[in-house]
Amino acid sequence: MAVLEHNINEVSLSRLEKRENYTFFGLTVPYLVLVGAMIVIPIGWLFFLSFIGRDGSFSFENYERMINSKAYLRIFLTTFKISLLTTFFCILLGYPLAYFMSQISRKWASLCMIGVLIPFWTSLLVRTYAWLVLLQKKGLINNIAIDLGIITEPIKFVHNTSGTLIGMVHIMLPFLILPLYANMRAIDSHCVKAASSLGATPVRAFWTVFFPLSIPGLLAGSLIVFVLCLGFYVTPAVLGGGRVIMAAMKISSNIELYFSWGAASALGVVLLVVTMIILFIASKLVSLDQLGQRR
Amino acid sequence: MANNALNISIHNVTKTYGDFYALRDVSLDVTSGEFLTLLGPSGSGKTTLLMVLAGFINPDYGSVKFGDEEVVLKPPHLRGIGMVFQNYALFPHMNVEQNVGYPQKLRGVSKENTKISVEEALATVKLDGLGHRQVDELSGGQRQRVALARAIVFKPKILLMDEPLSALDKKLREEMQIELRQLHDRLNITTVYVTHDQKEALTMSDRIAVINDGQLKQLDTPNQIYRSPSNAFIADFIGESSLLSATVKNGIASLGSSKLKGNQKLSKDGDFLLVIRPEKLFIASKKARDANHFEGVVEDSIFQGESQLMVIKLDPKTYGEQSLRMRLPNSSSTLSELPGIGDRVTLGLKIVDSYFVEKSHGGS
Repeated sequence: MAVLEHNINEVSLSRLEKRENYTFFGLTVPYLVLVGAMIVIPIGWLFFLSFIGRDGSFSFENYERMINSKAYLRIFLTTFKISLLTTFFCILLGYPLAYFMSQISRKWASLCMIGVLIPFWTSLLVRTYAWLVLLQKKGLINNIAIDLGIITEPIKFVHNTSGTLIGMVHIMLPFLILPLYANMRAIDSHCVKAASSLGATPVRAFWTVFFPLSIPGLLAGSLIVFVLCLGFYVTPAVLGGGRVIMAAMKISSNIELYFSWGAASALGVVLLVVTMIILFIASKLVSLDQLGQRR
Repeated sequence: MANNALNISIHNVTKTYGDFYALRDVSLDVTSGEFLTLLGPSGSGKTTLLMVLAGFINPDYGSVKFGDEEVVLKPPHLRGIGMVFQNYALFPHMNVEQNVGYPQKLRGVSKENTKISVEEALATVKLDGLGHRQVDELSGGQRQRVALARAIVFKPKILLMDEPLSALDKKLREEMQIELRQLHDRLNITTVYVTHDQKEALTMSDRIAVINDGQLKQLDTPNQIYRSPSNAFIADFIGESSLLSATVKNGIASLGSSKLKGNQKLSKDGDFLLVIRPEKLFIASKKARDANHFEGVVEDSIFQGESQLMVIKLDPKTYGEQSLRMRLPNSSSTLSELPGIGDRVTLGLKIVDSYFVEKSHGGS
């Protein structure tokens, strides 16, 4: 075909293209407004407040207090410890389940998925208090265990770290399983078959082929769980019984008890920045827009 | 790559899923160094049979022997077979070299020897120097070659291939068919190849096992299967053919009111089909003794590049409502003599090319 020296449709084509771009942009406007009003402006306000001292003037005192006070350090350590442990236990429980679900037929897997999703759809508060009912000193589990003679004294399950962990692992588990399962389903089962035809024992085939291919899903799921844990409030507040203090709870008490918006904002900003850093590092490891999906 | 290829004996293998027979009493022997193709339409059981050989499916009954060794219950990783999957099944988290070296690593081969064997395998499939490429940087044809290199790097005595070329475009597929065949001859590996493409099977195989409804329908050389299909299904499935209904009485076949001669003895009376390959028909100027003749009118004439396909409607009075396909090579000499649509023609079919199959046998 001859190359056209002058594209006669050029003007109308570019006009069409422009119109299409405007249409697409128009579709995003409601979301942009929402994000602007609900996220960008409040966070900007938060950021501003964090630099306002008790006397109402500009100061770094909110941040200085955080660096100097042992209490804040402890809160951050607790937050990270609880988040890491929750992520760890979620992987421990979730990976085998997701693997199992990825290996059975789709029909049975969707049944299992309902089992995963029903708690996921149930109110957070309901589930948290349900754990309290089960785990407390005169709760169902302690009573049954004592009746059966397994223990004589009730075990302290709640109002401590273990109670917080039990509740948080339960609530976070679907966030790990959903991306991990999607990733595992996308793994070509022929790859594992190929490995065994080439001489790999089932265990070897799992560790050399299946597991490496499931890492993107595992990272994505762990990341979601970890980041959600960092800012988690309800469950640690109820099941921790005031003994497990995480960052979100300190923010709340700064406002509700001390009316110190500055201190609360500073803590919020630090939590936000830390979360962003973690997300940034993680995005180098796994692309976030592909959560759990293999190329 | 000197290699003692192994023969495979499959005896009375049956596999059911509930009421469905995926394989029904299949017995067949693959001689050592042979290229045997399992050919059948989808759902025929050919892939099931391959998976039985690979060890991924355990049959309900039957025995599978590699050489003298019974392997029917041996897990796949202990069978020592090379296998190429339909979608290649390359490991996406490994580069080409690691993919090909994987079986060697499993076998505890030293790093240096692995490197040597990987290079040798890559050279065999003409991929030298691409060891460091990532799998997703390769074209379909190259991936196919990597999968093949990975399956032969540990010098297996048996190679299984499950429709390895089906994802490639036609031209590349036809090139690879010949290349795979040459590779097989060079490596001397007993090869079992699964395909639904009859032309591919004819091109590549020493022998073809036609499988349908979980049963072995015919096992023969490509030439024999093409010339003398054992039933109507195979006649229809392999190659192009027109099947004309004929009746046999007292050993004599007749088509409508005209008598036919065939190249086989017809000892049974009943309904038969005359298998006519379109390229074996010719336009007869005068009737000869060594041929059957058919009269009809050209209904359609289609230019197809290397040949001209003609549809001839046979005289309904003599033959009933039946039509024939004829394929004439497109050389300049035939082109000028080509009858036009609507012309009356007399077609000839040599008696040696006239072959009958029973009608009742597993129609399609």
